[in-house]
Amino acid sequence: MKNHFFRSRRKPLAATLVISAGLLFSGGGYAVATSVVATTVATEYSAEQISEGRKLFLANCASCHGLNSEGSAAAPSLIGVGAASVDFQVGTGRMPGQGSGPQLPKKKVQFTDDQITLMGAYIASLAPGPAIPEQQYLEATGDATHGGELFRINCAMCHNAVGAAGALTEGKYAPNLEGSESKHVYEAMLIGPQNMPVFNDANITPQDKNDIITYLAYLEENPSAGGFELGSIGPVAEGLFIWIFGLGLIVAITVWLGAKSN
Amino acid sequence: MAGKDLEKGFEAEGFEHDFESGLAVIPPDKIKDPGLEPHRVRMTDKSPAKARNAEVQVAAMFLVSVLGSFFALWAYVAFPITEDLSTVRANNFFLGLGMTLSLFGIGIGAVHWAKTLMPDFEVTEARHQTRGSEDVRAAAIEIVKLADSESGFSRRKLIRRTLYGALALFPLPALIVFGDLGPPVGNTLRHTMWKAGTRLTKDPTGIPIKASDVTIGSVFHVIPEGLAEMHEHKLEEKAKAAVLLVRLAQEDLNEAPEKTSWSYDGIVAYSKICTHVGCPVALYEQQTHHLLCPCHQSTFDVTEHCKVLFGPASRPLPQLPISVDAEGYLIAQSDFLEPVGPSFWER
Repeated sequence: MKNHFFRSRRKPLAATLVISAGLLFSGGGYAVATSVVATTVATEYSAEQISEGRKLFLANCASCHGLNSEGSAAAPSLIGVGAASVDFQVGTGRMPGQGSGPQLPKKKVQFTDDQITLMGAYIASLAPGPAIPEQQYLEATGDATHGGELFRINCAMCHNAVGAAGALTEGKYAPNLEGSESKHVYEAMLIGPQNMPVFNDANITPQDKNDIITYLAYLEENPSAGGFELGSIGPVAEGLFIWIFGLGLIVAITVWLGAKSN
Repeated sequence: MAGKDLEKGFEAEGFEHDFESGLAVIPPDKIKDPGLEPHRVRMTDKSPAKARNAEVQVAAMFLVSVLGSFFALWAYVAFPITEDLSTVRANNFFLGLGMTLSLFGIGIGAVHWAKTLMPDFEVTEARHQTRGSEDVRAAAIEIVKLADSESGFSRRKLIRRTLYGALALFPLPALIVFGDLGPPVGNTLRHTMWKAGTRLTKDPTGIPIKASDVTIGSVFHVIPEGLAEMHEHKLEEKAKAAVLLVRLAQEDLNEAPEKTSWSYDGIVAYSKICTHVGCPVALYEQQTHHLLCPCHQSTFDVTEHCKVLFGPASRPLPQLPISVDAEGYLIAQSDFLEPVGPSFWER
């Protein structure tokens, strides 16, 4: 019985079958994988939106980014950055930038949501790029445990384990994530703004991104089980606290122990 | 200079020098022994009312301790730890507060009792000389001599020498046993799980990574294929084999001619274990291509084989030579060609 099985496997027809099955699986797998990357480029905008967006762009952005978004010595080209980049940079107030520095900080938003959408429409019309994320991935309805694990592997080294910010080189920093809108967190992963690396949908799938957003939402809703957070920035704040108040208390008690009663 | 001249020299400068008891130089303006402070009578010794007050205070402290103990017992019941982790906070805080009061009350009360009510007088105890008296020293030498003559230690050379031999050799078996305390390190510091053909997979899922998935500016945190499914020694293997995968524009890479085949279309893979003390190096700046270690700010240049730009690390991060297989998945060409992580003795 066993011998018969092995003999039949060596037949030429069997080999052909195995090869064609293998090709089918790998080809199918490839199609699935590429479709995952492609979903980020979608959303239709009307010609009117695009032309309105272009007007806003020319009035507010073109002096640095160039009349055709080709970029200049002062600012990068915006061709192919997609609506997600516009929504993130303008929607968090980072753009329009104020002065040059190591990093553009988050500040007061200068445009209305509609204006941001129009500018995004114009930039998206120049070349395909990351689109505004779908609402279903922004509701913080995912798995916070899995999101936490992904956050610790991919994000925590810069942003700190609870997203409380962290320093980089030469004045750059990974900002505090507390209070960030889900949409902006998603977009930041997708586009890799400024010095943040890109985490595309093949690396962290839209559902994984939703899990990470869920983890961040969980952190905001649940107080630290350990008590006083002291900014959650680790040994600097905690060390300073215990050196001043902990050691201070010990010194005070020691002085009292040694002092003679009145 | 002879001893006598030295002595005269010191005397001329007004120094006393006692050549009999060592070489200590005692300057003439040395601080005088202030002696004991004058005895100060406590209020509790002068006034019975104050003493009564102090008594009440001590009793109050002990009462605080009693209340603290009851409070801790009550808190343990009132703030139970449930499935919800945040309940730990209130439980620990109030239980700890009660226990602190119960111990602190006893301690503070006892010290206050001793300081205010127990007898108040000073005691002086003079230091004695470390050196024994001549009689004691002579007696000790006599004992040693007696032991030597009775045992014949100096006389019986055969016994003495065999004893020396026995004493010299007895620690050797212990040394051999110490060798069994842990598994031998062997070659484990020089090799990781990576070998030719191992696929690069995502941490923590173990999903293999296609070269086409890694867009420019992307960072992937990578573990070798098979690590995600491991049950034993998983963390040990991960601690050695963790890799950071980055894609740069090909023109940004400044590769050494003999290492151009180690990257694939601008995708480079480096060990994530810092060569300083082994922290995970993973703070990647997309625009400057600097890779930063969170522990001591060692900075590596991804464009030039992760050479050290700044910080305490002294060696570049080891590069994992990569390639793609027939299905487009990224694979390792081999293990790292040098040991990963911090320096060690035989490196």
